[in-house]
Order: sequence, then structure tokens, then C-alpha cells
Amino acid sequence: MTKRYPNGFEAVKDLSLEIGEGELLVLVGPSGCGKTTALRMIAGLEEITSGDLLIGGQRMNDVLERDRDIAMVFQNYALYPHMTVAQNIAFSLKIARRPRAEIKQRVHETAQLLAIEEMLDRRPKQLSGGQRQRVAMGRAIIRKPQVFLMDEPLSNLDAKLRVQMRGEIDALQKRLAVTTVYVTHDQVEAMTMGDRVAVLRDGTLQQVGTPFEIYERPANLFVASFIGSPPMNLAQATIEQAESGLVVKVGDIAISIPPELAARNGLDAWAGKTLIVGIRPEDIYGITRKTAKTQAAIDVKIERVEALGASVLGYFSVDAAGPRAESVSAVPAEELLSDAPLTGFSGTSFCATFEPRAMLKPGETTGVALDLDRLHFFNPDTDAALLAEPAPKAKKK
Amino acid sequence: MTATSRQLPAPGSARSRLGWRRVKKARAPAFKYTALLIFAVIVLMPVYILIVTGFKGVGETDPAHAWSLPSVWTLSAWHEAWTQLSPYMLNSLKLAVPATLLSTILGCLNGFALSKWRFPGANIIFTLFLFGMFIPYQAVMIPLTELLANLHFPAQLPRLALAHIIYGIPITTLIFRNYYATIPEDLMEASRMDGAGMLRTLWSVVLPISVPAFVVTIIWQFTSIWNDFLFAVFIITDPSQYPVTVALNNTTGSLVSAYNLQMSAALLASLPTLVVYILLGRYFMRGLMAGALKG
Repeated sequence: MTKRYPNGFEAVKDLSLEIGEGELLVLVGPSGCGKTTALRMIAGLEEITSGDLLIGGQRMNDVLERDRDIAMVFQNYALYPHMTVAQNIAFSLKIARRPRAEIKQRVHETAQLLAIEEMLDRRPKQLSGGQRQRVAMGRAIIRKPQVFLMDEPLSNLDAKLRVQMRGEIDALQKRLAVTTVYVTHDQVEAMTMGDRVAVLRDGTLQQVGTPFEIYERPANLFVASFIGSPPMNLAQATIEQAESGLVVKVGDIAISIPPELAARNGLDAWAGKTLIVGIRPEDIYGITRKTAKTQAAIDVKIERVEALGASVLGYFSVDAAGPRAESVSAVPAEELLSDAPLTGFSGTSFCATFEPRAMLKPGETTGVALDLDRLHFFNPDTDAALLAEPAPKAKKK
Repeated sequence: MTATSRQLPAPGSARSRLGWRRVKKARAPAFKYTALLIFAVIVLMPVYILIVTGFKGVGETDPAHAWSLPSVWTLSAWHEAWTQLSPYMLNSLKLAVPATLLSTILGCLNGFALSKWRFPGANIIFTLFLFGMFIPYQAVMIPLTELLANLHFPAQLPRLALAHIIYGIPITTLIFRNYYATIPEDLMEASRMDGAGMLRTLWSVVLPISVPAFVVTIIWQFTSIWNDFLFAVFIITDPSQYPVTVALNNTTGSLVSAYNLQMSAALLASLPTLVVYILLGRYFMRGLMAGALKG
């Protein structure tokens, strides 16, 4: 299946995506990034200003939504309140004037698939949120469409149910093997469900790739900061030429860079210049832990500790400015609050991961190791990642 | 267990404040109901006079004894009122039922188109509709009579019904448009995605959840058409075709006022609107939208 639409309209700008047959593509981005608009354009609920939408090789721009063979799951479920669950699920078939026996058969199959057989005679208001969600899914599934569209289908559920339904939808999609476009603002949902993830911001596609690619090799500062929780540590740094090779200086921390890392990122060209360096919290860890071969150790003063159970996050500050707010922020620059730090320092807060048994306390000074292989470098002007070619680690996996 | 409960702090001030709140809570409904009762009595006093006078004989009905119960309860006034009014009641029924239904259906279609199937200029058209609501009957009396005469509608009641239908369109449109504005767009889109066209969506999705709007509109239209006097007076020229309101007015004698007859006639004339309220009122509050969304 191919679909492509460069769109002149502001909400979605020149979005061009190809989605494979049976693939689950997640459109993710902050609210207002145009992901829902993009979905509605596929659905036919929104007109395509320019560009083409192709489904199964056919141009669909001027095809009525009902003839596109697309089913959609709405954020609010949008169940018909006066109809029973069975009638809700059967509505599309009834409109298509399918024989009564077939409708009955397919409603039964669908209900079985979703384990809602006992609720077929109830009305939506007698159902819990999770059950309504299933009915909404059923209404889409029964049609056996070419494409499923899901618009934040889990955002109205509580956290635990959301995790459960996430798995169920994923498994269901794999089983039915129907091409699916799934919209969410939740990066965890995007990472766990998508075969591929497309990150959108202000209507512009930032990066498309497998969750692994997006996480390991973010194409720019926005993707780097949006995907991952806690987010990637980012700070301005200067590259200096020392006798032993290149050194990256982040505030008063100086780390010498192994030549192959420098070569991979093309850092030679940046000697004497300022760029943005990034490292994920899990790649800065307490010195007690088993250490990677390419690592640098530094001493940091822990300011704040968050115990998560399986691990402990320690925050420390680095005496260097962060990236420009508009590079990483989800909201347009003019809506940003002034960046005055609440903690009363002018540097950037970094997050590191520690063993729970480390019994980390605020105020403590401790040694941490940085996995240099996992350093990310970004051009401060274009926000783009310097990484020219995939990291060797990513290749292996 | 006892030890822990004894350890619980029990500051007296807090408890007394709590107690005061409880007293206030208990008093609030008492005040409320007393006030409501007073207003109810004020509203019902004329109704009381209406009913007791209806049961009085002709000799008892002078205004000085309006408050007293009838010394002899008699149904003669009711009987007389019914014989006088019943043909006109039928006229009113023939007028109000079709006119109410037609104007309600038109309002429903208009409201749906104006809120859910928006077309360019929908807002301007809606504003123009609203203007219609503010045109007083008196202002259009003469042109309307001329127009209806030129339409060559032979029958008088259909003529009056036509006037009421057209005059009712703004208010019925307004009610339906505002009701449909509360129906989430998602529901319409879900129906579109399910393959339903505009009319199918209206029929299968929107109409079944429009009962509250229909009830409000029907009550409103029936009451105003049934109670209308002015249109009837200047559009109907054949006295046998008068609706009940005009007939009621004619029970007033020019010399002697038979209060008992007038009172019972007035009550009889207003019974159908009461019946409509009683029959439809219970659908009034039904929240049919519950459960459509996450709610």
C-alpha cells in the first residue's frame, strides 16, 4: 500500500509516507502536530489540499469516505448511544445491506474475537471504558477493511487498562494483518506497538523508522528529546583538538573521544566549534555497575533522586547551556515559558541511572560512567544529528 | 483498638463547627420548601377560583363571593361549556396537530442541515431564520392575509395551519439546531465511516437520539398554536371554522357575564395543552446521550 500526500495546508506539511501491507504504523507527536489531521485525511473526513493518497495503488483523493474501505476507531469511541452493542457493531454491514444471516454470523465472530459476547444486548452507557473501547474496535474489525485508522484509542482509559489494551490491539492487529495507522501522543505506546513509528511535529515529518531506529538514532534534537522517558540529556558542548585526539567539553567536564566515534560522526570538521551533545539516562550509570568498554568516568554531585524500584534515577547539573528550547519543545516557541530554572542554577540538569542498591542520596558526590559509544551529536543550527552512518551496535541487532 | 481510638484527637471546636453545618444542612430544605410552597400558592390561587367558579350556579358567580366554595355543586356550566366549545375544540385539534407535526419536522431537517451538514453561508441563513422569530404577528397581519388569499387555499383551517407552520419554522429550527450542536461530531463521522450517507445518518443515528428535542418542540409548538388567537381572528372568516380560542372569547356576553360558563370553558379549552405536557413531559428529562462517549 502506498500513500503519499504533500499537503499545502499548514496542519500537515508535505507529509510523504509509505505504509506496507499489514504494517502497523504509529504517528506520534505532541498535541497539535497534525497527526490527527493526517489520519482524517486518510479517512476522507478532511479534504486533501494537494498531493495524492493512494491505497492499494489506487488514488483515493476523490473517493467518498464510505467507498475507501477504511474503518476508524475514534478517541471517544463514538458509539451510537441508542443501539445495543450488537447493533453498533453491525451498523456498517446493515448499511451495506448484507444478508441478515451473514451479519449475525460476523457479529458473533467479532464479539468472540473481542470477548464481548455477553454484552451484545447492552447499551453503551452500561459498559465500562474498556468494554466500550472493545466495541469501538469491533465496529471497525467487522468490516474487514483494507485499512484501520485509530485515533488515540486508548487515551480515555486508565493507566493499567491502557497497558493491557495496548497489548491486545497489537496482538489483534498482527492476527488480522490489516494495515493500520495508529495515532498517539504517547511515545511509550508508539514504541511498544508500532512496526514503524513516524514522528511528527508542527505538521512536518521528523523521522520514520522502527522503534529501535528512532530510539537509537534519532534524526534530530526533537526526536531525541521526544522519544524516551526520562528524555535524553542534551547540552551544548565544544569540540577541542587535544594531543591525544578530540575532546568534547561540556561545561567543566572534558571527555576524550575515541577516534572511531569521532570518525563516525564526522567530528573532525567540528573541532573548535560548538554543537549539542546528547546521551540517554541509561547510558550514564553508577560506577559500580559493569562498565562498557568505551566509557569515561566523571564525578558528579547528585541533586535529586527518583527511586523507580528497578532502578534509581539521579539528577545532577552540568555547567553548560541546554539546546535551544524551540529545538526540543513540543509547543511553538512563542508559547514557551521563560526558561528560568526553578532549581536556581544556570546549567542543564542531567539524569543518570543507578542500581537500586546504591542507596543514592541527594548531595552525595558519586562517580558515573558514560557509555561513549552512545553519545549523540547534533548540529546546533539545523538540529540534525551528525551521525552519518548507523552505529555498529544498531547494525548487529 | 480502644487505645488507638482514644488517641485520636477530638478538638471540640472542629466538632461543633461540624455540628453547625449539619443543622444548616437540615434547615436548608425547610427554607427551600417553604418558599416554594408560597410561590405555588400564589400561582394556584387563580386556578382555584377558576375551578370553584366553574362548579357554581349562575346566581352565585358575583365577584364578591369569588373565594367561597359553591353552596350547590353543579355541572351545568361544564355541560354548557362543552356543548358550546366542542365543535371548535375539534377545529383547534385539526389545526394544531398537523401544524405542530409539520413545523417540527421542518425544524428538525433545518436544524440538522444547519448544524451537522454545514454548507457555506449556513450561519447567515441561520441568522435570517432567527430574524423571523422577532417579527410580531401584528406587523404581518395585513400582508399575510393578502398572501394567503392569493394562494387560493379554499379551506380556512389549512390556511391558518400554513401560517402557523411557516411562523413556527424559526423557533423549531433554533431548538433542533442547538440540540444537534450538542451531538458530538465524532458520532456523525463514525456514521460516515460506517458508510452512511447524510439521510441515512439522520434517520439511523440522529433521529433516535432526538427525542428530547422533539418533545420540547412539540410542546412548544402545540401550546402556541393551540393558544393563538390573533392569527385565527384575522385569517379565519367563516365562524364555523374558528378555533377554540376565538370561540372562548365569544362566550363573553355583551351584557351579562356568565362567569361560571367562562371559567369552565377556559379550563376545557386549556386541557389539551395540559394533556400534551403530561404525556410528553416525562421524556423531557431523558438523557439519551449518556454513554455515547467516554462519559
